[in-house]
Amino acid sequence: MDNSIATTEPLMPRETAVHEEHEHVFIPQHRHHFETEEQQREAGSFGMWLFLLTEIMFFGGLFFAYLLYRNWYYDAFVPASNQLSVPLGGANTAILITSGFFMALGVWAAEVRKRALLVLFLILTTVFGLAFLGIKYVEYHEKWEKHHIPGASFDISEFVNPPKDAAGKPTQHALPPDVAEKTQIFFFLYFAMTGMHALHMIIGIGLLVWLIARAQRGDFSSGYVAPIENFGLYWHFVDIVWLFLFPLLYLINRHPLQ
Amino acid sequence: MAHDTVHEHHYHDPANVTNPEHAEHHIVTPLQYGFVYIALLIGTLLTVLAADQNFGFMNPVIALAIACTKAVIVILFFMHVKYQSHLIKITVACGFFTFIVLVTMTLLDYISRAWGLW
Repeated sequence: MDNSIATTEPLMPRETAVHEEHEHVFIPQHRHHFETEEQQREAGSFGMWLFLLTEIMFFGGLFFAYLLYRNWYYDAFVPASNQLSVPLGGANTAILITSGFFMALGVWAAEVRKRALLVLFLILTTVFGLAFLGIKYVEYHEKWEKHHIPGASFDISEFVNPPKDAAGKPTQHALPPDVAEKTQIFFFLYFAMTGMHALHMIIGIGLLVWLIARAQRGDFSSGYVAPIENFGLYWHFVDIVWLFLFPLLYLINRHPLQ
Repeated sequence: MAHDTVHEHHYHDPANVTNPEHAEHHIVTPLQYGFVYIALLIGTLLTVLAADQNFGFMNPVIALAIACTKAVIVILFFMHVKYQSHLIKITVACGFFTFIVLVTMTLLDYISRAWGLW
């Protein structure tokens, strides 16, 4: 069949033409406006990636703001950043990677049409996603108690009079009050970036619950993988954002330049 | 001409109809995902250990290099981009390229405003 004519001649009875070439296999998820199921799948992945590109630009703006303000208020960003807990952030990174691992296994389970395994892997993805949010809650709560949430009740005392270690030596370089005020910009960006990331995870967990119900019903164990696959792309994207948030917010200020 | 024969062959390739995008559904095995998972955990450990050492101005560079490596591994294997069509690969590359262009151009503006004060 001449494929170029088939796509430029709308009056040509396409169905008949296709039937000459191969036997028609009925696939329930295959929409009539796609030539083949592969084409439909490709179009779906393409659309999902276009959406993720807009997400790159969205988070990219936040990352850029962080880059710029860290250069402008470097002295304030160092002690503010070092106030975050590396063990909690590191544990959360491992938890999120584990969640992404189970998501990837879920895509595999859908591809090889194993319903029970797919449901199990999606549930594990959700559990580790919730564990991440749980640790995030602990971290946020600590900021609340220490008045490290930017605004009227923000407390700069920890940065003006840094806590002393066992030997009586200050753990951080003491800041003048006007510089210490600028730590609010760090915390504003910290909450904006991790909060936006957490919001994406909450939305993802909502979608996971819906996907688990559909997977349980058997929707994705007869060759229809696209929703699982495209949700997987979203979930892994959220992982990637965290892979950058963790070093930038928690790690890179441990040894400040003098 | 041999060239014409090859062309004719492709022209009548039945896959042009049955699979016009020439996209195949590649299945990544759980074992491969396992290797990727371990690589990502090692990367996390490395970035935490590297942050404890004093590399001067190289600390952020090392941290970002490890983060970029981990992100590329996730994109290639967890997100299947290694096994996708050229269209998807180019789309992903374009997204990151555009992001880098936007960051670079915006940064040029900010840096040049307070020239010499950085």
